[in-house]
Amino acid sequence: MTVAEPDVGEVRVQTIATSDDVVRARQLARNLAVECRLSLVDQTKLVTAASELARNTLVYGGGGSLSGALVQDARRRGVRLTFTDQGPGIPDVDLALSDGWSSGSGMGLGLSGARRLADDFDLRTTVGAGTTVTVIKWTH
Amino acid sequence: MSDRVPILRIGENLLVSIQIDLDDQTVMNLQEDLAAQVVKYGARGVVIDITAAEIVDSFVGRMLSTIASVSRLLDAETVVVGMRPAVAITLVELGLSLGGVRTALNLEQGLAILAKRASAGAAGR
Ligand SMILES: Nc1ncnc2c1ncn2[C@@H]1O[C@H](COP(=O)(O)OP(=O)(O)OP(=O)(O)O)[C@@H](O)[C@H]1O
Ligand SMILES: [Mg+2]
Repeated sequence: MTVAEPDVGEVRVQTIATSDDVVRARQLARNLAVECRLSLVDQTKLVTAASELARNTLVYGGGGSLSGALVQDARRRGVRLTFTDQGPGIPDVDLALSDGWSSGSGMGLGLSGARRLADDFDLRTTVGAGTTVTVIKWTH
Repeated sequence: MSDRVPILRIGENLLVSIQIDLDDQTVMNLQEDLAAQVVKYGARGVVIDITAAEIVDSFVGRMLSTIASVSRLLDAETVVVGMRPAVAITLVELGLSLGGVRTALNLEQGLAILAKRASAGAAGR
């Protein structure tokens, strides 16, 4: 899955530096999902993915930010969420994306689960420089 | 800024209702508070009402499983009630099966499960 280049609305940014910020990141995702008029199930999927990715940004990335926006392509509307950190990066992306693998004490479902819950998923990471994960949920 | 989720005591059961969007530390506190109160009051059942929860992510899901396991070791049964359909669908896609966690559709049915267990236990004694 790759992320296409859609038209982007106003970008809203949430710093992710504390566990309260993870709650705020979820709220930002929820607000965008409602504004986009995603179905209830799709709203729930997007906010859940946002929660997983925001927590990873905090716990593994050492903090970072979420940039969220409404997007539009020729056929449909969507919500795009981008999580960025300047943390250690992910040495083995395939391993990190496999169900049940965690370098810590997690269940290893966050990253792989977020990929399943989103329509588009894009992960860019450089060891020593940081990680950026982008997800999009589209209206159907 | 972590808060404490109130734990209500109704007879032999403890009842927790998740009303607001909880941060991770508050979730951890709840896990510990529940275990402590199960022992303190000799509770036989724990009901966790997630009717108001808009999402259950891997962190909260793990908390539910842990509470169920810990309570079982402390001789109490846990029932999670009120899961929204959209939450159930999302949990499955996330890959979280909540194995070992008893669920019921609503509070009434959850309490009925615990009452049944309590009377079966009393008969066996
Ligand atoms: N932003 C990040 N920076 C560095 N490493 C990361 C980042 N996000 C994920 N990882 C790595 O990928 C692994 C898998 O992440 P994933 O979210 O799937 O599992 P987890 O966070 O360990 O557990 P869970 O999310 O199920 O509680 C992590 O254990 C971590 O090593
Ligand atoms: Mg994670």
